[in-house]
Amino acid sequence: MHELGIVFHIMDSVEKVAADNSLERVSAVVLELGEVSGVVPDYLTHCWDWAAARSELFRGAALRVEALPAVTRCGGCGGDYPTVAHGRVCPLCGSENTWLLTGNEVNIKEIEAY
Amino acid sequence: MDQVRIIEVKQSVFADNDRRAAQLRRELKERGVFLLNLMSSPGAGKTTTLRRTVELLKDELSIGVMEADIDSDVDARAMAAAGVKAIQLHTGGMCHLDADMTRQGLDQLLAEGGVELAVLENVGNLVCPAEFDTGAVKNAAILSVPEGDDKPLKYPLMFQVCDVVLINKIDVAPYFDFDLDRCREHIRLRNPNAAVLPICAKTGQGVEAWARWLREQVERWRSGLPGE
Repeated sequence: MHELGIVFHIMDSVEKVAADNSLERVSAVVLELGEVSGVVPDYLTHCWDWAAARSELFRGAALRVEALPAVTRCGGCGGDYPTVAHGRVCPLCGSENTWLLTGNEVNIKEIEAY
Repeated sequence: MDQVRIIEVKQSVFADNDRRAAQLRRELKERGVFLLNLMSSPGAGKTTTLRRTVELLKDELSIGVMEADIDSDVDARAMAAAGVKAIQLHTGGMCHLDADMTRQGLDQLLAEGGVELAVLENVGNLVCPAEFDTGAVKNAAILSVPEGDDKPLKYPLMFQVCDVVLINKIDVAPYFDFDLDRCREHIRLRNPNAAVLPICAKTGQGVEAWARWLREQVERWRSGLPGE
């Protein structure tokens, strides 16, 4: 359900780009998806396929997902570490004073069109 | 066949919604309407808390409520019975409201004018509503005791976007493994600016403090002062 809403938002944004550039058919949309964005790539592409088949602009268009790694910074020691492997507690110094640097992105990177 | 063109977009999927939400907030400011977005998981007590809030504030503020659900109108009926203007929004299976859907609801709620405090009771869900700015002036989350004091760790975004967290069903805390101090600390780690107010919507415990917080926010907004 979550993913379908995101698909609609992607399509709205791309429709604007398509109108601005006088595009008639979009053949692919490339999405950058952070590892901890909370969006499930498989669900997202399934929702995409369902919605794309119902649109003139997007019929047959592929959604290509590029994963972006999640990195957390530690306020205790200043180090960076991979979020998915270690979670909230810094593996270098044990501090809980940490915050996400990257990894929650849901970005439209580019589109391929005719 | 035409050549394939690559067009660089480099834009967050949420960027459009964020723009629409900011625009909606500007319009609400001009109209003197305060919009509160109330979020929680299903069953945390959004509707009961709202009923209590309405009891305390309806004599001094004109209140309108939008109940967002996937289906049914039980919540809107409950709020109408409490004596405020209430409309039901159906999200058509969607798990959250975005700025456009909120605007459509507001168009209906504010059509006759007179509403000073509009409340959006979002779809019961701790994940998706946090990602979409609705255009609300302030965001509130309810976390109920039976859900556990670790929820701010598991659903960090919800607690990051909130201006206030109500810890509901505080009366049953002795029966659960729920530590209020630990919960406060978990919230503070994610969001040091969030106010944390323990309440029991059923008995009314702590609801005065919450009503005070809300009243002050509405006054600030309507008088043009910066919010807290």
